[in-house]
Amino acid sequence: MSRIGVIGRRLYRGEVDIDFVGRYKLWSAVSGLLLVISILGLIVQGLNLGVEFKGGSVFSFDKPRASTIETVRSTVEGAGAHQVSVQEAGNRWRVTTQSLSAPQVTTVQDAISKEFGIAGNQVNKQIIGPTWGGEVLRKAVIGLIVFMIAIILYLTMAFEWKMALAAVVALLHDLVITAGIYAWSGFEVTPATMLGFLTILGYSLYDAVVVFDMIKEVTAKLGTTSKMTYTQAANNALNHTLIRSLNTSLVAILPVAAILFIGTTLFGAGTLKDLSLALFVGMIVGTYSSLCVATPLLVNLKEREPKYMAIAKRLASNKGGSAQDAPPAGKGKEPAAAATSTGPAASPNGAVSTQKRKKR
Amino acid sequence: MLLALLALILAMGGVMLLQKSFVPKFGLDLAGGTTVTLSPVTQSGATPSQESLDLAVNIIRERVNGSGISDAEVAKAGDNIVISVPGAGQEEVVKLVGTTAELRFRQVLAVAAANATPGALPTAPATPAPSGSGSPKPSSPAEPSSTAKPAPSGTPAGRALSSALTNPTPAPSASATGQGDKKDDNKGSGKDEGKATPAPSGSAAPSAPPTEDPFAGVDLTGVDPAVAEQFKKLDCTKKDRGQGVQDDADKQLVACSDDGVAKYILDKAAVKGTEVAGASSGVDSTTGEWIVQVTFKSAGAGQFAKITGQITSAPQPRNQLAMVLDGVVISAPVIEEPIPGGQARISGSFTQKTADDLANQLKYGALPLKFVQSSIEEVSSTLGADQLRGGLLAGAIGLILVVLYSLLYYRGLGLVAVASLAVATILTYQAVVLLGHNANFRLSLPHIIGLIVSIGITADSFIVYFERMRDEMKEGRRSLRVAVEVAWVRARRTILIADAVMFIAAVVLYFLAVGGVAGFAFAMGLTTLIDIAVVFLFTKPFVALLARLSFFAKGHKLSGLDAERMGRDTPVARTTVSQEG
Repeated sequence: MSRIGVIGRRLYRGEVDIDFVGRYKLWSAVSGLLLVISILGLIVQGLNLGVEFKGGSVFSFDKPRASTIETVRSTVEGAGAHQVSVQEAGNRWRVTTQSLSAPQVTTVQDAISKEFGIAGNQVNKQIIGPTWGGEVLRKAVIGLIVFMIAIILYLTMAFEWKMALAAVVALLHDLVITAGIYAWSGFEVTPATMLGFLTILGYSLYDAVVVFDMIKEVTAKLGTTSKMTYTQAANNALNHTLIRSLNTSLVAILPVAAILFIGTTLFGAGTLKDLSLALFVGMIVGTYSSLCVATPLLVNLKEREPKYMAIAKRLASNKGGSAQDAPPAGKGKEPAAAATSTGPAASPNGAVSTQKRKKR
Repeated sequence: MLLALLALILAMGGVMLLQKSFVPKFGLDLAGGTTVTLSPVTQSGATPSQESLDLAVNIIRERVNGSGISDAEVAKAGDNIVISVPGAGQEEVVKLVGTTAELRFRQVLAVAAANATPGALPTAPATPAPSGSGSPKPSSPAEPSSTAKPAPSGTPAGRALSSALTNPTPAPSASATGQGDKKDDNKGSGKDEGKATPAPSGSAAPSAPPTEDPFAGVDLTGVDPAVAEQFKKLDCTKKDRGQGVQDDADKQLVACSDDGVAKYILDKAAVKGTEVAGASSGVDSTTGEWIVQVTFKSAGAGQFAKITGQITSAPQPRNQLAMVLDGVVISAPVIEEPIPGGQARISGSFTQKTADDLANQLKYGALPLKFVQSSIEEVSSTLGADQLRGGLLAGAIGLILVVLYSLLYYRGLGLVAVASLAVATILTYQAVVLLGHNANFRLSLPHIIGLIVSIGITADSFIVYFERMRDEMKEGRRSLRVAVEVAWVRARRTILIADAVMFIAAVVLYFLAVGGVAGFAFAMGLTTLIDIAVVFLFTKPFVALLARLSFFAKGHKLSGLDAERMGRDTPVARTTVSQEG
């Protein structure tokens, strides 16, 4: 059997042991870089807000016989307008686009009159304000803040505050990176995109909660005579739920990918694409962050507790030789990293992890 | 369990049959709707200020969104306001939001502090401005009405009020709302001013004794029992507080004060807003304070004289006359004496702005401008049928991919997953139809995509469960039937905690966001509940049933529970949870 086959079989059986937590320096470097790039994008580029936020231009004209929503849409899009939405209002067409400059308005009017044989002055033009005004956005931001507080309180009750903190940090990480991707790519932010973001909130937390629940269960058994450090136990729990995480993500991403595919290939711009793109990006980032951001952060917090520091120290000294290479946990600033590097199976597992990524 | 689920599905199906509703209601983008253009009218014919237009847009948006979980759009277009409501023939809704809400004058029958908000009560005596500071509503800019009642300090009435409020009374806010403004006959203003001053301090001590029960001491004689019941349930902390409610002039009404701190039972309308000829704000020449003057038409003047005459001698709080606008009490002053002649005066430490606001409310409803409908149009959907088809096609493709993957990975158990998804789909469809019919829930394309995406969340619940089962089986010392039960206990906890997170998200977003977001959050909360129902009532009992079959119990190759799948033949040592514990 080929190596890939072996890995496939191991994945299928749920036999994986990847040192996620131990590589936390790599993850923080990757995440840090992504965050910096994202924030830069938000500052430099800004978000490309849609008609609903910025207002736009409305054209209306009598309905020529030979015209459908599609022909009107393609005509107006052909004249260089974006975010085109076409409506039938009585026996007139009503076309909403993004806010256009005076020459652009003329271009669109010309295109319409040429395509449908209507005199240019018969194409009415109006400016329309945002339907999602500042008031709506302000409420959305309040909603987000209240949500974060409610979630921190709930997770503190269900788990502990360190888990709540780690989960919310991972969540913010996902939101910033998704927003950053939007900023740099110039994809339009519409209400549908906002809804996509909101779904990511729930989804990202859901993933982290399932992982944390397993970590809590596994680490609850750690005592003074334990053979595992908190880091190792957490990593173990992570690997335990890895198959679930991957399966869940795959099952969730499959429909989104289908919507994204249909949305982009068949329709160009539109609700389908806006929403599914935000979801697609957010879910991938969300899966990554619950494995590589939330858990390492949690471990970092927990390993500072005296109980787990003691376990790490004892195990490190028992190891003898390997403990010489890496100083024991108590000393360094990053006990988690130190403790992990003394772990029994760091290097062979590294190979597995690279293979796995190649396969996907 | 399975029977309970069957009963649930049948019950919902039965209701659908009874109501003859089988298709969900669709939103603006999918079904089109009714678009109304409102043009502002100013007395001078001048262009209205952009600020007042923005304010009007916000108020109308609140009214529209307060009316349910539909998704409507409100936008400024030049100097006009364009409102789009989903569904054809929605003139009724449009009338409600677009025309100025009608004002009614109603006698107060009972007052209570709104809801059990003990935190709000102690603070009220310290700051006798419950309308400003005590308001739990985050959107005060959207509602000029909330600023209409200023802190009554500085005026004789205000001082009387604040000293009365230093007593720990159970409903200071209610009484403050009542006496913050006092109403008097316009003609004898100077004389009445002196007379009115001591009166509020006397009547400001509410009749309710200081207990935790906000209803103790509330006199309910003459109140319709159904209305009294409504009164007890009324919660003024909700986001809409009943704005936009069509109040029937011939019935008693329960309403919140517009700052949400007091609630009222009100008698039938004594005078309708149509009888108001005009309202204006100005400065009283003798006292120099800002006042609001209301003028009634001839019939209204008679009605107003009659009601004020009737209630003057009534005990507190029945000597208050509430002004109800848009289902909300904007002011409920104590009537000191009968007011004949069709001219009434409201005083009580207004500023210029608050006096203007109240006068405008009396004239135009809550809107700062008067509007006329310049056009009503039926509009088609903004998305072609092709977009919906595309969305559904994508959904179908996504579902098929999920089904294929489940069957490939979980084999026999995959069938359980597919069946669970099917049950979830049926329940979701039924819920969406029923909510569309009974709560005006309208599906827009984002909702549909949200529901499709929730496939992932639903699937996650049984993936968690299956993985737990495999863990149990891998330990090798348990039979499938035991594993099914032990794994369930562990998986249940995880599923509940994770779903609770989703549900919190949905609830917070629903109550704090507006428009499309509220609808989306609603769909999200709904699918979470359905997920729990499916996992508890279907997936688990179904798996337990299957575990009795030898096909699964013996670990057939295709069952998804075979030996190789469980990794029993593997030589690779693996650190598992059990080894640690």
